[in-house]
Amino acid sequence: MDVEILSRIQFAFTIAFHYIYPPLSIGLGLIMVIMESLYLKTGNKEYELLAKFWTRIFALTFGIGVATGIVMEFEFGTNWATYSRYVGDVFGSALAAEGIFAFALESGFLGVLLFGWNRVKPWVHWVATMGVFLGSMFSAVWIVIANSWQQTPAGFHVVGEGMEARAEITDFWEMVFNPSSMDRLIHTWQGAFLAGAFLVLSVHAYYLRKGRFVEISKKAFRIALVVATIFSLSQLVSGHSSANGVAENQPAKLAAFEGHFEASAPGDMYLFGWVDKESQQVWGIKIPGGLSFLLDYRFDTPVTGLNAFAERDRPSQINAVFQFYHIMISIGMFLIALTLFACYKWYRGDLFETKWLLWVFSFSVILPQVANQVGWYAAEMGRQPWVVYGLLRTSDALSKSVTENQVLFSLIMFFFIYTLLLLLFLYLLNKKIKHGPYDEEEDNDLPFQREVAQSFSNPK
Amino acid sequence: METLAGIDYPTLWFLVVGGLFSGYAILDGFDFGAGAWHLFFNQEKSRRLALNAIGPVWDGNEVWLVIGGGALFAGFPVMYATLLSGMYIPFMLFLMFIIFRAVSIEFRSKEEMAWWRKMWDISYSVSSIVLPFLLGIVLGNVLLGLPIGENFEYEGGGFFTFLNPFALMVGTSTLALMMSHGAIYLLLKTEGRMYAKLTVLLKKGMIFFMVSFGITSLYTLIYIPHLSDTFRNQPVLFIVPLLVFLSIANVPRLSSKKKYGQAFFFSSLTISLLLVLVAIELYPNLLVSTLDPQYTITVYNAAASDKSLGIMLTFAAIGTPLVIGYTTFVYLTFRGKVKIDEMSY
Repeated sequence: MDVEILSRIQFAFTIAFHYIYPPLSIGLGLIMVIMESLYLKTGNKEYELLAKFWTRIFALTFGIGVATGIVMEFEFGTNWATYSRYVGDVFGSALAAEGIFAFALESGFLGVLLFGWNRVKPWVHWVATMGVFLGSMFSAVWIVIANSWQQTPAGFHVVGEGMEARAEITDFWEMVFNPSSMDRLIHTWQGAFLAGAFLVLSVHAYYLRKGRFVEISKKAFRIALVVATIFSLSQLVSGHSSANGVAENQPAKLAAFEGHFEASAPGDMYLFGWVDKESQQVWGIKIPGGLSFLLDYRFDTPVTGLNAFAERDRPSQINAVFQFYHIMISIGMFLIALTLFACYKWYRGDLFETKWLLWVFSFSVILPQVANQVGWYAAEMGRQPWVVYGLLRTSDALSKSVTENQVLFSLIMFFFIYTLLLLLFLYLLNKKIKHGPYDEEEDNDLPFQREVAQSFSNPK
Repeated sequence: METLAGIDYPTLWFLVVGGLFSGYAILDGFDFGAGAWHLFFNQEKSRRLALNAIGPVWDGNEVWLVIGGGALFAGFPVMYATLLSGMYIPFMLFLMFIIFRAVSIEFRSKEEMAWWRKMWDISYSVSSIVLPFLLGIVLGNVLLGLPIGENFEYEGGGFFTFLNPFALMVGTSTLALMMSHGAIYLLLKTEGRMYAKLTVLLKKGMIFFMVSFGITSLYTLIYIPHLSDTFRNQPVLFIVPLLVFLSIANVPRLSSKKKYGQAFFFSSLTISLLLVLVAIELYPNLLVSTLDPQYTITVYNAAASDKSLGIMLTFAAIGTPLVIGYTTFVYLTFRGKVKIDEMSY
């Protein structure tokens, strides 16, 4: 294997692993802010218990997210040196903005969020939680802007030629609001909210099935269900808008999403299928003209196909891109159906008695995770062979001085460390969930009720 | 070329990056140092106290690495690309130990078993020792220069070429400096028996630093005389090494009077001044090519455009007060001696 393949595998592996955690941090952050707000508003200590419980789980995801995130920043320089020289002027400023405006906010308040419960007033703690949550949202802003600039570059000009060529920034705000950044940012945020909400739903569905922590679990489940329903639905809107943007700015990618080969013909939309690249056929169930309809509200509008591009200018892994894209969409549709049905049961009043539905929620935690992952695979693989669309090829972006053995060494190293990390993460997550929000005792009292009871029984 | 207060943008950004690196060295330095001593504490209670002394702040300290790295990438993309791809294996090891350290802190307290805690204690302490050492290795090689050829590509050997005597000495001195810095921090955060033990450890740390720093300085003057050219040409700059020595001398002086707050200040000052020394030795170069001077990376040929640097200087102007704001807030919230509660590690 050559340095290019190894470096791509390493980057894909480290970013995919990293991306398990930040969406959870963002999503749990939102839920924690809601729980603490409810505590401040109602003074009901049950919300404080819930917020504390989810903060402990948040700490786990946040810690791994930071450690694996530092790797990403360094890999630009270590493995993609030519890329770094080429884009540093533009991409670097977004990354620097992330560090100074987002990451500093997050990590600054993190200490108070995790360890400050007994040291600061509840409203100050709320500010800290909000700070961490906003910081994680801003982090997504700058990272998605930087990535979107690679998809739809804007606000720059190219200086120099060949190995000396560099992209230099000409208009910061044009770079920030490049054609795809806002659609993709909203889509990414909402994907993260869903990841967090479904983890909360899954865990509290488990407690409800087992009859543990019942009262507070109902409260948490309702909060998360509201979040999950809103964002499952709105994800459809942002996804649609995002796909329209891809059609306009990266037609080769859109064509790969639907396995659309003919250079200019009405495009079909597949519910599922299999792309045979050799014969340029897709086997599966389709809505004829569906893609055309989604883009233009007419079934016969021609859509640019893969054959409109030279072989070397279009993605090679078309079936993979097709599958990833379709898995994401199918999951999105399922989540809408699931959350709407649960809301209907809630309205009917038998949500918490429907055991099978709680089972489904327990297992659904994996779905937004998978959708987030495959969505990014489709976005990144669909951009190939470019690392910066239309400007810099992935094969040219490598570090020239790094050897095959070096990358092989680091790839194996990351493989072992990350496997260990994942196992530890799952083990500790499971343990925390099994233990629950507080120590259970026979009297079924909540911890703060016990304190009150004790103060009565032990008069000083 | 645009200027601000008579200084051109690349030089200003050089100062910003230097400031961020010294902020990082001071802050993550004390928690590396605290971690390096970890196995010297024998009791479970002291180890927990030591961990919780850095508990609420170590993550925030690591942010300075992310910001410093981002600032180097954004301001001097050529330097970032060449240094990181050239020193591939040292940086990969650095990442590995950063991860091990973070997860050790996070996971240690999650189980009661003795073997579990011992395993994470060792992993935490070893990575806290290796990390400052590796940073010193990188610094040593940057000071020496690297074989850089056409298109600013690194053309030298693999990992072991970086382990030259000078780099090893800089690595050891960095570790020693962080260890005494960390011991002072822990003294500020602990009481009782642990405090008594730390006063002894601090003495060892200070001796370790002075010996390794003395040897490194002597070696530099004898074998790598060109590193002090700037000082020979502009004798007025001798004030900086002079201040370094005065600052170092204050650390044991104040420690013997148990004024650890002030000792911590001078320990931090020493770290900054040593980096000022490095900056003076390098500027306007960032990375000297040992093959051909035309491939030497300087603040000018590595810099991003004035437009980009202007944007980021604006960021720095807006962001710095904010960062100082929340950093102050978190340190004030957790001021004083460590207390263990239900949310502690």
